[in-house]
Parts: sequence; structure tokens; C-alpha cells
Amino acid sequence: MIPISWILFLSLSLFTIGIFGVLARRNLLFILISLELMLNAVVIVFIAASRYHSASMANSDGQIMYLLVLTLAASEIAVGLSLVIHMYRQHHHLDIDKLNKLRD
Amino acid sequence: MLDTIFIITAAIILISALLTITAHNVVHALLYLVVTMLAISLVFFILGASFAAALQIIVYAGAIMVLFIFVTMMLHQGEKSLAKERHLFHFSTSITALLLSSILFCELIFILFLAPADTSTSMVTAQFSPFITVKQIGKQLYGPYSLLVVISALMLLSALITAIHISKSPATIKIKTKGGNL
Repeated sequence: MIPISWILFLSLSLFTIGIFGVLARRNLLFILISLELMLNAVVIVFIAASRYHSASMANSDGQIMYLLVLTLAASEIAVGLSLVIHMYRQHHHLDIDKLNKLRD
Repeated sequence: MLDTIFIITAAIILISALLTITAHNVVHALLYLVVTMLAISLVFFILGASFAAALQIIVYAGAIMVLFIFVTMMLHQGEKSLAKERHLFHFSTSITALLLSSILFCELIFILFLAPADTSTSMVTAQFSPFITVKQIGKQLYGPYSLLVVISALMLLSALITAIHISKSPATIKIKTKGGNL
């Protein structure tokens, strides 16, 4: 069977790729996509942990946490994309470095 | 057999995630993101969580991706926004981020391989628990975890209200306040 260290390696690599995306990109849409990747990396660990839990009894806590993270991702994307649309209407670009004034 | 499938799937996930992050065109990035999501759902299938895998395809590769694609269709301007994006993101602007994230990656791998040997071997040799059916998840979800359902419902409702309020154009808000509707 698959050793759990492989799954942890996959999840850590995916999380690091997401962090790199958040740090390097300046487009707000790409930052949201990188956040999605990071949430998926966390979810893989949840599912794997509930799978490797114990031999005697089935444990579904990881999948329930997956449901919560799924809801979280959906609501985060809804709010984030509405912010993207609002920003595009006001500034006509998506460069977050130009957002250095809280008041207009 | 399962190991080989897992390694291929993990390679697909990592490569398509890298291509997602480094793409200049938003539409290409979204297509690579769909590939990533489908490969992650295959990992869930390998781990025996078939319900989570189905949800991953339906919600992530279906609903969330449709949201992204609608916003991209509203905002994308073809060659003009591509040129803007090439100006915003190229290799020389991302050296610092690459350095920082590679340091983080090295630290995480260091922690992973320096874990106490007894815990890792016991986890490797542990038997897989039996498969979890949707019925069990439903019983858990509406039994001991019913507070979680209420919390996620509240979260979705607040996200809906926030999205409607933010994306409402400022002109309509002004007209409503003039008319005294608010």
C-alpha cells in the first residue's frame, strides 16, 4: 500500500506551489487560483489521515472536514470573485500593487 | 500497481499545478487547474474516499471552475490583458518568491524525513481501515457533527449576501438611497 510519507510529500509540494503563486503573482485572479491549490493540499492530508486511521473501525472525520473545507472554498471564491469584479470596475486592471490606498 | 498509479497521478498534479501558477493566459491556467482537480480526485479514489472524489469532481471541477470561467469571460480582453500579464509576472520579478518558497519547501521536507522513526513505521505498516460509505458519512454528519452543518450553512448564507452586496454596481445603490428604499 502507499506509504503515508508519499502523500505528505505530495501535499507539501502542492502547498509550496500555492505559496509561490500567492507570493509571485500580482494578478488578483491568479492569487485566488493559488489559494484553491493550497486548500486542496490541506484536504489531501485530511483524507489520507482518515484513511490511515486504524484497522479496526472506519473513521469518516476526514471526509466531514473535507465537506467543511469545500464549503469554505466555495464561499471564499464567491466573495473573492465579487471583489475581483468590483476592483475591475473601479481600476480597470487587477494589479494588487496599485491597491495602496484604502480610501479613494 | 497502486503505487505506480499514485506516482503518475502525483506527477500530473505537481506538473499541472506548476503550469497553473506560471501561465500567463487566465484561460490556460484554469484548464490546467481543472486537470489538477481531476488528478486530486483520482488520489481520493486511490485512498478509498469515493464520496470525496465525486464531490471533488462535481464541486471543484464543476461549480467553482464555472464561477472562475464566467469572471474570466467578463474581464478578459484577449491580447491586451495578455500583454499586461506578461508585464506583471515574469521570471525576474519572481526570484524572491521562488527563493522564499524553496526555503519553506526544504524545511517541510526536512521535518517530514526527520519525524520520529517509530511513528512513521507504525503508520506505514498500519492496515487500511475498511471503506467508508456515504451512509456512514451521513449518519456522522447529522448526528455528532450537526453543528458543523449549521455553521457551513451560515457561512454560505453570509458569502451569498456579501457577494450580492459587493458586486452590486454603485449607481443602483445611490439611486436606492435617494429614493429612500434603504
